[in-house]
Amino acid sequence: MNYLDFEKPIAELIEQKEKMANAAQKSGVDVTKTLEELDGKIADKRKEIFGKLTPWQRVQVSRHPDRPYTLAYIEALTAGSFIELHGDRTVKDDKAMVGGLGLIDGHTVMLIGQQKGNNTKMRQYRNFGMPNPEGYRKALRLMKMAEKFNKPIITFIDTPGAYPGLEAEERGQGEAIARNLLEMSKLRVPVICIVIGEGASGGALGIGIGDRVLMLENTWYSVISPESCSSILWRSWNEKERAAEALKLTPEDMKQHGLVDGIIPEPLGGAHTSPEEIFATVKAEILKHLGELSPVNADERITRRIDKFCKMGVVVEG
Amino acid sequence: MSWFKRIKEGITTSTKEKKETPEGLWYKCVKCKKICPTNEHVLNLYVCPHCNYHERIGSAEYFEVIFDNNEYVELDPNLSSGDPLEFTDTKNYKSRIVESQKKSGLKDALRSAHGVVDGRDLVVCCMDFGFIGGSMGSVVGEKIARAIDYCLQKKIPLMIISKSGGARMMEAAYSLMQMAKTSAKLALLSQAGIPYISLLTDPTTGGVTASYAMLGDLNIGEPGALIGFAGPRVVKETIGKDLPKGFQTSEFVLEHGFLDKIVSRKDLKPTLSRLLEMFQS
Repeated sequence: MNYLDFEKPIAELIEQKEKMANAAQKSGVDVTKTLEELDGKIADKRKEIFGKLTPWQRVQVSRHPDRPYTLAYIEALTAGSFIELHGDRTVKDDKAMVGGLGLIDGHTVMLIGQQKGNNTKMRQYRNFGMPNPEGYRKALRLMKMAEKFNKPIITFIDTPGAYPGLEAEERGQGEAIARNLLEMSKLRVPVICIVIGEGASGGALGIGIGDRVLMLENTWYSVISPESCSSILWRSWNEKERAAEALKLTPEDMKQHGLVDGIIPEPLGGAHTSPEEIFATVKAEILKHLGELSPVNADERITRRIDKFCKMGVVVEG
Repeated sequence: MSWFKRIKEGITTSTKEKKETPEGLWYKCVKCKKICPTNEHVLNLYVCPHCNYHERIGSAEYFEVIFDNNEYVELDPNLSSGDPLEFTDTKNYKSRIVESQKKSGLKDALRSAHGVVDGRDLVVCCMDFGFIGGSMGSVVGEKIARAIDYCLQKKIPLMIISKSGGARMMEAAYSLMQMAKTSAKLALLSQAGIPYISLLTDPTTGGVTASYAMLGDLNIGEPGALIGFAGPRVVKETIGKDLPKGFQTSEFVLEHGFLDKIVSRKDLKPTLSRLLEMFQS
């Protein structure tokens, strides 16, 4: 288990508990009561710390190395029925974007998302969850397939941004994202988008045009990362905490401004402390929203989707 | 002692009598550093006669280049930015807006107008780089959305002239969502079979490239314009190498298949006119 800097007090208590349990096992002394007390303390500490996370701490949790990534959600939701599909049919298969068909409680759905890696080797293999244009084109190809066979689409957003590389520019990163925005807004099947980690800018939005856009509790979504914002507006990397606050990137802020449709609660301490719990919650949310969206006529659903995004913005007349 | 005695009189013209060269009589090209008379430069549509460098110009100049007799009706001229997030960095956003409005005489980074090109109706949305780097916030998104509604209602073709550093950071996720908003509206325009021409000028980057700028039925670039998603500095940092010559210029983007055509400013109106004729006949 990895702990973030502000989680130190929790880590210390857990360590204390483990030591005591080990010692008790050796000596045979009954410490059940003390262990229970420590469990209580750990829970209290978690509540105390996670009850008042700052926006920057929220960003840190969203990047927690133990956090479940897209494929973990997909595997759990589809209970082993997932069939991954590869390639954009033009250039190559982008490992930072995954997708395929699966069954959720007997319903066939298309599942798509950015994928990060769990260790150094896999992080490189997945390009740190930063797709190239072919990733966005693969996502669109799969979405079009879902539309053709009338299957709902679920996207999982978790990216520090679209890859800003040389080949990405040559192959039209901007065009690939733009095309997805246009095409997703008129897909004839229900689309649910869930931010499960980082929602950075156009790279996130490129699979983020949905009838429902939901955010897990410890995630962020904005036009730029707090670090880059700090470097541009304050000309220093040190103002990331202030930038995180100014950007209003937390799920609560985004919901309050009507820029996302809902927040999915996480287990206390973050999704990674109890993956099974978060998988169950996400599954229930997906089924609930599909239940609401599926009966709606496709034209009506598209109109509502487009209207929703067109209402976003604050202007002053006069 | 004639060494110390001034035999010839020195220059004695008093400051008052000095002849002033009027300011701005000459234009010096930022690219080739050659000079030409300003009026010639203006007549040449702000393009250097020596090296064809296309100077950055604003919406007023583009409207003049495009519309017959420089006549047009501006659409939604009075929209200005709110400050939904009460954003403050080294300055607060509200005062940044007021300052930019004073400095540029503009309300925000885009103006839209309905005019006539060789007798054919056209709605043009044109970005102004002079207003916070032509950044796209709620006003830019809303004006484009309303212009598209106008085009849909009156069945008039649309042209958007992009010139922008990307999304406006001070409106954070609101500016991000303008990408979704404008693209969704363009989907409706496309479904209605109304032509949309995108002109990408120097510079077109970030969220603008990743939304309406790249979504034209025709994507046209001005010569030598910087066009890309990530800025050249960011790409250079990512790859840790110098960028190839001509990287992210219009010519590069055309070569890679993302522009239909590169059109010089002096050919812009005739080209537009012919295209509109062919689309509509």
